[in-house]
Amino acid sequence: MTDGHKLAPSRGAIDAKLRAILSDVLGLDADRVADFDSETGLFGHLPELDSMAVAGLLTEMEDRLDIVIDDDDVDGEMLETYGGLLAFAEGKAASA
Amino acid sequence: MTPFELTEWPCPASGGGTRDELALTFDRRRDRRLVVLPAWFDEANKLRRQTVEVMRQLDGSGIDSVLPDFPGTNESRAKLEDQTLDGWRAAAAAAAGHFRATHVLTIRAGSLLAPQGLPGWRYAPIGGRQVMRAMLRARTIAAKEAGAAERTEDLQAAARREGIDLAGWRLGAEMFAALESAEPDTALSEIEQASLGGPGLWLRAEPGDDAAQAGALAAAVAGGIGAA
Repeated sequence: MTDGHKLAPSRGAIDAKLRAILSDVLGLDADRVADFDSETGLFGHLPELDSMAVAGLLTEMEDRLDIVIDDDDVDGEMLETYGGLLAFAEGKAASA
Repeated sequence: MTPFELTEWPCPASGGGTRDELALTFDRRRDRRLVVLPAWFDEANKLRRQTVEVMRQLDGSGIDSVLPDFPGTNESRAKLEDQTLDGWRAAAAAAAGHFRATHVLTIRAGSLLAPQGLPGWRYAPIGGRQVMRAMLRARTIAAKEAGAAERTEDLQAAARREGIDLAGWRLGAEMFAALESAEPDTALSEIEQASLGGPGLWLRAEPGDDAAQAGALAAAVAGGIGAA
């Protein structure tokens, strides 16, 4: 079907990009970030991830995932775990 | 290895006259002299060590460099709240003149202050709107965490009237309004982050350094000055 709708980016591609962004923000090597699972804690669990670092993280997600993140999108649930952040990014990319 | 020195320089004061500010210098009275306009606010902290490492490597390549404090930043005793974008631009031009800079290197938002007519480079430049966006977002996230919702639009409207406290930096209304539309200088040659072989250190949650990236940035500048 070629109705002009573009396909949403694959889940795997978003996962890879999100891990790369976290690697850059947290200064961790790729192996460490590859070990993150859906339960890995982020905001509130990693002391270096303060509000300024989270702001940078979200801005970088907007640039690299080509999404727009509104004030209302940001809540504790999306930021608490890697799984929450990934689900948020996938939802945004699908509706972009 | 030449150690750097801290030197005072006469910075134009808002009410006329001058007021001494500090500058970190690698100065051996050489012909090729670079004024470095650093990143701002949170990014300034994250990039300061890296910025000085770039200057140290340029020193090794026979290039003098100077990193001036602007009023209200770093060691300055002036209040940040009283500063304006035009005031910082005048300060950048005065620093370039005082230290007899032949070239300029701007880092991130430092490109907003590039003196007219001075050749050089802009490393990973960003506009004022982007600077404000990240800091406003940090504030709304912190507020939400504390249980008090703040809306970005409300904060912007209030900031244009009475200034604002963003991530610990108190900006005056005039500075905030000017930054909303300030764009990076376009006359300078751009050095893109992608050309340095690693992620931008301003992204890091904690300040860091990267000798390989510093070397690549210094080499780009040294090569350009040599050819100029």
